[in-house]
Amino acid sequence: MNIEKTSKSLLKEFWPQLSNWTMRELLWLGFWGILFLFGMYALYVQVTEGHIVTGMRDHVIWGVYIVNFIFFIGIGYTGAILGGFLHLFDAEWRKPLMRMAALMTVISVIIGPLYILLCIGRLDRLYFLFIHPRLQSPIVWDVVAVMTFLVGGVLFLYLLAIRDFAILARTEETMPAWRRKLYQFFSAGFINTRMQRRDLKLALNVLSFILIPTVIIVSSVLSWIFGMTLRPGWHSTIFGPYFVLAAIYTGTGVMVLIMYAFRKLHKLEAYIQERHFVYLGYILIALGAGYGYFTFSEYLTDWYTSEKWNAEVIHKLMDLNQYGWMFYFANFAGILVPIILIGIPKFRSINTITFSAALLVLAMWFKRYLIIVPTLESPLLPMQDIRPEYVHYSATWVEWALTGAGIAMFMILFKLASKFIPIVPVWETAEQIEKEKKPVVNNNPQPVVSSPS
Amino acid sequence: MDNDKSKRRNFIRTGLALGLATVAGAANELLGDPKEKSGKNTVKLLSPDGEIVEVDSSELKLETHDHAGTMARNVTGREGIEGRKFVMVIDLGRCRNARKCVTACQKMHHIPENKEWLQVKLMKDNDNAAPYWFPKTCFHCDNPPCVKVCPVDATFKRSDGLVLIDNERCIGCKFCMAGCPYSTRVFNWGEPEVIEPTSCPPYSPETSTPSKHSTVEKCDFCPDMVREGKLPDCVTACPNGVFFFGDENEDTVTNGSETVRFSALLKEKSGYRYMEELGTKPRVYYLPPSSRMFPVERGFKNLTPELKARFKDVQ
Repeated sequence: MNIEKTSKSLLKEFWPQLSNWTMRELLWLGFWGILFLFGMYALYVQVTEGHIVTGMRDHVIWGVYIVNFIFFIGIGYTGAILGGFLHLFDAEWRKPLMRMAALMTVISVIIGPLYILLCIGRLDRLYFLFIHPRLQSPIVWDVVAVMTFLVGGVLFLYLLAIRDFAILARTEETMPAWRRKLYQFFSAGFINTRMQRRDLKLALNVLSFILIPTVIIVSSVLSWIFGMTLRPGWHSTIFGPYFVLAAIYTGTGVMVLIMYAFRKLHKLEAYIQERHFVYLGYILIALGAGYGYFTFSEYLTDWYTSEKWNAEVIHKLMDLNQYGWMFYFANFAGILVPIILIGIPKFRSINTITFSAALLVLAMWFKRYLIIVPTLESPLLPMQDIRPEYVHYSATWVEWALTGAGIAMFMILFKLASKFIPIVPVWETAEQIEKEKKPVVNNNPQPVVSSPS
Repeated sequence: MDNDKSKRRNFIRTGLALGLATVAGAANELLGDPKEKSGKNTVKLLSPDGEIVEVDSSELKLETHDHAGTMARNVTGREGIEGRKFVMVIDLGRCRNARKCVTACQKMHHIPENKEWLQVKLMKDNDNAAPYWFPKTCFHCDNPPCVKVCPVDATFKRSDGLVLIDNERCIGCKFCMAGCPYSTRVFNWGEPEVIEPTSCPPYSPETSTPSKHSTVEKCDFCPDMVREGKLPDCVTACPNGVFFFGDENEDTVTNGSETVRFSALLKEKSGYRYMEELGTKPRVYYLPPSSRMFPVERGFKNLTPELKARFKDVQ
């Protein structure tokens, strides 16, 4: 009973955010809208003139598009695995974050695959993937993986939101009839009976159980697009787990940035608290350490054995005149700085954690660039080509414009979603508030260990 | 079976004769008008069994480049030529970077000068090794990493050993280009330039021409020519007989003027496959650049400055 009361008052507090657009928000939307439209113009240019307008050529056949693909899809996978784990462990503090995690999943997994479409020369023949699929091809694995995951992600978002839809459909706040109808539709007849609560919980448990291994599988499949080729720097057995960790590391960083942004913009300090940043900070340290270990192991084996082509790629990566700066930034700044800033209590604060997150997200984008481009610039046979655009890849304005459009799409979709449904889940947060009001009962007393003397 | 054998024999015979004609530099005289010379003119040739046979010059046909055979037979290009297992041997000791193979290939496939399905690279295996010219076709691997990764069956392996591309199926994802460790494949980044489009045959995976935008292309071993019993254009265009083309089933390869046992050639000249360690099982074999016919410097003669600049890192 208390929960319903609390959720009512929470919704009252959040309602202005949902119903009104402030000038600042409109400007924000306008800015990203323009960036998005510019990207659409670039898309028009690319579709009409062909891939010649990009920086990609016969050696470097993939560029920032595939970098963005890995980047976004990794972020998407994170929301589900993070949300899934926190749900299964029933970490009470997770509740205000679940909506953001689920939205991050769905939005990124919508944007990511659009970048792979930008790599495809004949979009008019895209349906061949469904009428002539060859199961041997890792691309087909990825198509299946992404589509499966998208369904899972949307379900996760939806199941987590059903109770809020029900509350929104019955709220006393004024809203246009169509909007109430929409909420009514999405609430799917949820009226909070005991049976419905039980079914919903069961469904979420099962979905979390399914989503966690799914994320590991789909993330590995993504890495195998590269791992299955005979290319130095790609053909590595570590690539599957490496990509899984890299994805979750990046995604958790983005999660922190989203939390920071909404906390500031929607004035949610009371719900997205310092502890949330700190807990995610701890997760970041664990992931960063694991990811850093994989990175070290990967480069060390390539460098130590110095097989011809691996050595060539390693040399390009470490040479300050080539990819050196990017390499040191991505692999040191992106891993060590967050671990130090978050790991040492004296430095730990919302601001430093957010700064670390921003740093590592940027570093991880460059890391993906370092995986893709230097390898493609190092074919097994000498290039012996004097056309500079064939020897060295550099992205053109079209590719940058479309990169910007992806970020813009992320911002716009998040903003629109936050106008439709509270960014902090009303029901679950109310539940958490009510639970935490009660005195904490220690269910797990420390076992008494009798030390042998 | 008998029919098959005689087809094979014909193929080798014509290939041989054609090569002879080219080398003699008397192609026109020999091939000008078959009827006129019928019965008067016989040519001695080496049969696949190692016997000398006399062939009437009327059997020699002029190279027409019309791809007509493929079209007439209405082949889809996905099935291999029955009973065949095509193979190529490239003798590195004979190459002097004349680039006739490159230009002949471009002419045959109506592709522009800046697109090379066949490349001649200058290789230097280590600091002390002597550089050598290295013509590179598609290797038509028996374990093709490009075919494995194609998501839509646009590139495929045929029973006759060829790896071809169906440009009407290709979605342009370029995964095969990432898969190929030899950088054999090229992509039509913009609207492809088709040279002499009027004489271009209708498209088939065997003609590989005209080029289609935003799809992947590569060396195809000219199966449309082979179907007519002719040799691929790079083979006949080479003035030094670098390329030997033939059938592994028959154990015979020819560069036009010489026809030899495939197995014996590999044995005598220590034939090898490039980057055997990759496990791709190429159908192209190389003979090491020993007992060279030309010094490597000959290859720089008559090169444009642009072409010379390609090799500046090797010299």
